[in-house]
Amino acid sequence: MARRRPERFLRWAMPLGLILVVLALWELGVRWNDTPHYILPGPILVAQTLVADWHTLYPSLLVTLRVTASALAVAVIGGVGLAVLFTLSRMVELSLFPFAVILQVTPIIAIAPLILIYVENTHLALLICAWIVAFFPILSNTTLGLNSADHNLVDLFRLYGASRWQMLRFLRLPAAMPYFLGGLRIAGGLALIGAIVAEFAAGTAGTGSGLAYRILEASYRLNIPRMFAALFLISVAGILIFLALTLLSHLLLRKWHESAARRDG
Amino acid sequence: MRAEDAGSRASGGTAELLLELRGVTKSFPNGTVALNGLDLAVGRHEFLCVLGPSGCGKSTALRLIAGLAGASDGQLAWPNGGSAGDIGFVFQEPTLMPWATVFDNVHLPLRLQGRGRRRAEDVVMQALALVGLADFAGAYPRELSGGMKMRVSIARALVTRPRLLLMDEPFAAVDEITRIRLNHDLLDLWRGQGWTVVFVTHSVYEAVFLAARVVVMSARPGRIVAELEIGEPYPRDDTFRLSESYLRYCGRASAALQQATETG
Ligand SMILES: Nc1ncnc2c1ncn2[C@@H]1O[C@H](COP(=O)(O)OP(=O)(O)O)[C@@H](O)[C@H]1O
Ligand SMILES: [Mg+2]
Repeated sequence: MARRRPERFLRWAMPLGLILVVLALWELGVRWNDTPHYILPGPILVAQTLVADWHTLYPSLLVTLRVTASALAVAVIGGVGLAVLFTLSRMVELSLFPFAVILQVTPIIAIAPLILIYVENTHLALLICAWIVAFFPILSNTTLGLNSADHNLVDLFRLYGASRWQMLRFLRLPAAMPYFLGGLRIAGGLALIGAIVAEFAAGTAGTGSGLAYRILEASYRLNIPRMFAALFLISVAGILIFLALTLLSHLLLRKWHESAARRDG
Repeated sequence: MRAEDAGSRASGGTAELLLELRGVTKSFPNGTVALNGLDLAVGRHEFLCVLGPSGCGKSTALRLIAGLAGASDGQLAWPNGGSAGDIGFVFQEPTLMPWATVFDNVHLPLRLQGRGRRRAEDVVMQALALVGLADFAGAYPRELSGGMKMRVSIARALVTRPRLLLMDEPFAAVDEITRIRLNHDLLDLWRGQGWTVVFVTHSVYEAVFLAARVVVMSARPGRIVAELEIGEPYPRDDTFRLSESYLRYCGRASAALQQATETG
């Protein structure tokens, strides 16, 4: 007990302190060298820009987050649904899995321009791009999870004459939960990346006004502080998505799974 | 003829036959022949121990009896009715669902038969009380010791009130003290509930303590090569464990196992 407290404190204090040190060095470096704003703004200027441009940056953040969240939601529904279908029918798995792999291995930056041409609605096109990258980890992790139920438990279910549905509902889905949540955490970050990449591909020609669009716009105007402010928001959004999904995973698994259960609790 | 013969051997000549395996052979697609010509008769209410070296096909035999796998050749008969639907199975590992509470784990067989929580509650709590875990209904498996998990697994097997209980080296992974206590508890339950038990083990001492009859299997491909009646009446307790006749039985079973392992 006595030794755990400081350890816990340090877990937060160390990385926070380090970040502050890096920011301070950055600010000092910029000041000492008189680096011009349009080459490298200091963190204080970036913060000021963030506040000053909040009225344009905040709506953009919401746009990007909305694309990310809807893509993730569709990826969850599609990924889990398809994984279940795979375990129910080997034929479906054999015929569809290659498509999933093709979608996964083709760089999104290479397909995004095509999607933007074929899909009229830009918002929908962005969503599709983000979905393509977020979808695969959920599909592959959930498929792995559904197939990793304890063999003896499978036998036990068969012994009691469980139907396919019961086997899925009471055994395979709960067994897949930790795998699914692991996939979800990866997919959350990927969905954000997918959304940003697609926004870049859409460029200023699109009607999109997400954070990537703000970065492009600011770069044409050589407004480097604003680029940094938008970049900062993207990072924060990514971190928040990761933390939220980690929390969700912890809440769902803490009662029983080794990864989340406390040893000394 | 043979059936009568085996049935009368089962326990003193009056018991009916519950189950009979005749010339059962099992080979796997990869060419492994696990069982070859296995003959085994199990009498109703009998406590039978199957003793054999590791890898001789004991688990395979239990899975065949449970209907979890089919025999490649030979027959499996239930002379007086009954079937695989009437079976409880206890695996070597507790095999609990880690995401479910003790209550839900024991409830599982009934739930799969369509009996909801409320309608099953009494029966589940009774089963838990039988294994002495009524206070742990709300606990998760990871909060229990190895012996307690095994008890949960036994409670789950008996919650449907099966006629036949198949146990596959259930106590191999628990410590000696717990194993002895579980052995006592199991015998008490067996006498109280009127089950038939087929108990697989590789421990001579456990087999002799528990069984009315011990059959010994040869190394792979497995078949029954020796049989030993344990004449000691039930209830059995620690005095039997310390008696000279116990040691004599163990000596004979040990010799039979030794021979079975060597000759194959
Ligand atoms: N599904 C399987 N496919 C191929 N070989 C198997 C399979 N299951 C068991 N065996 C083999 O059959 C033999 C008997 O296995 P098992 O019944 O588990 O032995 P025991 O329970 O007596 O240790 C072993 O050699 C094992 O490797
Ligand atoms: Mg075995």
